[in-house]
Amino acid sequence: MVLTPIVEFDSIGLRYGTGAEVLRDLDFRLSKGGFYFLTGPSGAGKTSLLKLLYLAQRPTRGRISLFGEELTDAARDALPRFRRRIGVVFQDFRLIRHLSAFDNVALPLRIGGASEESVEGPVREMLAWVGLADRASARPPTLSGGEQQRVAIARAVINRPELLVADEPTGNVDADMARRLLHLFTALNRLGTTVVVATHDVGLISATPGAQMIRLENGAMLDPTGSLKNPPQPRSEG
Amino acid sequence: MFDWFFASPSERRLLGSRPLQGPTPWVIAIMTFSIMIVAAAGLALADTASRVAAGAETRYSAQIPDGERGLPATLQAIRSAPGVTNAEAVPEAEMRQTLERWLGPVGASADLPVPALVIFDVRPGADLAAIERRVGATAPGARLIAHRDALGPLLRSLTALQWVAAALVLLLGGASAAAVVLAARGALDTHRFTIEVMHGIGATDHQVTHLFQRKIAIDALIGSVLGGVAAAVVLATLAAGASFAGEFMGGATLGTTDLVVLALIPLALTALATWVARAAVLATLRTAV
Repeated sequence: MVLTPIVEFDSIGLRYGTGAEVLRDLDFRLSKGGFYFLTGPSGAGKTSLLKLLYLAQRPTRGRISLFGEELTDAARDALPRFRRRIGVVFQDFRLIRHLSAFDNVALPLRIGGASEESVEGPVREMLAWVGLADRASARPPTLSGGEQQRVAIARAVINRPELLVADEPTGNVDADMARRLLHLFTALNRLGTTVVVATHDVGLISATPGAQMIRLENGAMLDPTGSLKNPPQPRSEG
Repeated sequence: MFDWFFASPSERRLLGSRPLQGPTPWVIAIMTFSIMIVAAAGLALADTASRVAAGAETRYSAQIPDGERGLPATLQAIRSAPGVTNAEAVPEAEMRQTLERWLGPVGASADLPVPALVIFDVRPGADLAAIERRVGATAPGARLIAHRDALGPLLRSLTALQWVAAALVLLLGGASAAAVVLAARGALDTHRFTIEVMHGIGATDHQVTHLFQRKIAIDALIGSVLGGVAAAVVLATLAAGASFAGEFMGGATLGTTDLVVLALIPLALTALATWVARAAVLATLRTAV
């Protein structure tokens, strides 16, 4: 069996404007179907790294491949079809305030061209799963922080993304909801979704056996064993 | 081709604003009204100029220096000339009345010699030299004056005014386009967050553009219809000879083609606004990641 990398970073550097580099010499590969925690102190560059992963930012140097395709110099028009394969949970939720919870969750399906009839069922199901079935028509300003977080997570996973990127997804939910969200992430992971979660929550990390750690400090990656640069090949079966 | 215009309810909710919000429809209404009034004035001037030119093209005056004495013979000579369709002498009283307007009482004085004047029309292609010879034979020293030469300065002024009207229409159209660009940029700023979220989820520039294009097209359509109806009411009132119109519209009319051109202005402005909005939104979106 050959391990397929879903994300490949080669000598990636990122700077905003003329400032110093916030990410330096990132060399790593994320395996398809892997579960990764991204950790590091505040200001280490975690959010910048996630922005590169969900194609909200282009690196200032180096090369990025996603889903086996080189995207460093990809045309702007080529990016949407890759973004549709990525689910993102933003730290600040990024819900559209004038849309209902239902419409926010349905947005990725509608952008992907799904018909209204095919949207209704999955969205209701997803809202029920995150415990917001009775809040479908509520708008984000009327929801609590935890409820907004759950809507944001429902929106990120409604499309069954191949790559799920989450920035502090349990920051605003109670312990019970954090467990349920982690259960959702691991369930998606078992179905083949590669999950990358940036978090300070040690409990979340320890509750996920088999997950791999990516640690950033001062914009550089700590990879003492080299397992992120050259992931170990699993044994072939049979 | 126009599928972008028909959005689903969920697409309509994305921008979260109703038509007629913001200044765009009203700016377009004012521009449409102004363009239609200026265009109508230009078309009416063109009609007037064309009728004056057509009337003057075949009309001539014979000026007879020795006044009433040589008039009957000259009038007879002109009437019997080949190609002349109509000839009338201008009564001396009428000429003196005209002179009096310019010169005062002295214009009516018998001491002021007044030449006799015959106005005649000819068929196209008539031999004017032959007519001139006949007139010369009966009234030596008489001269023919082509009305088109006398009216040349007036016709040139009318033509210049038509160009001014056309330039104003273009300027107002340009100003409308600029207003739409500003409105589109304003709408993009207002909805920047929504656009970022949509892009992040995988929306294409065309999907985002369609939302704004549709919104501005509807605003422009409503505005241009409002402005067009207002202009039509004003033009109809003027055409009906309202007292305040005075002599402004006297003699000037608008033909069927002119009315069709005027009716197309709101649609053309809507199309222009839609196209400009699309180009402005796409250009702005392309500056993002």
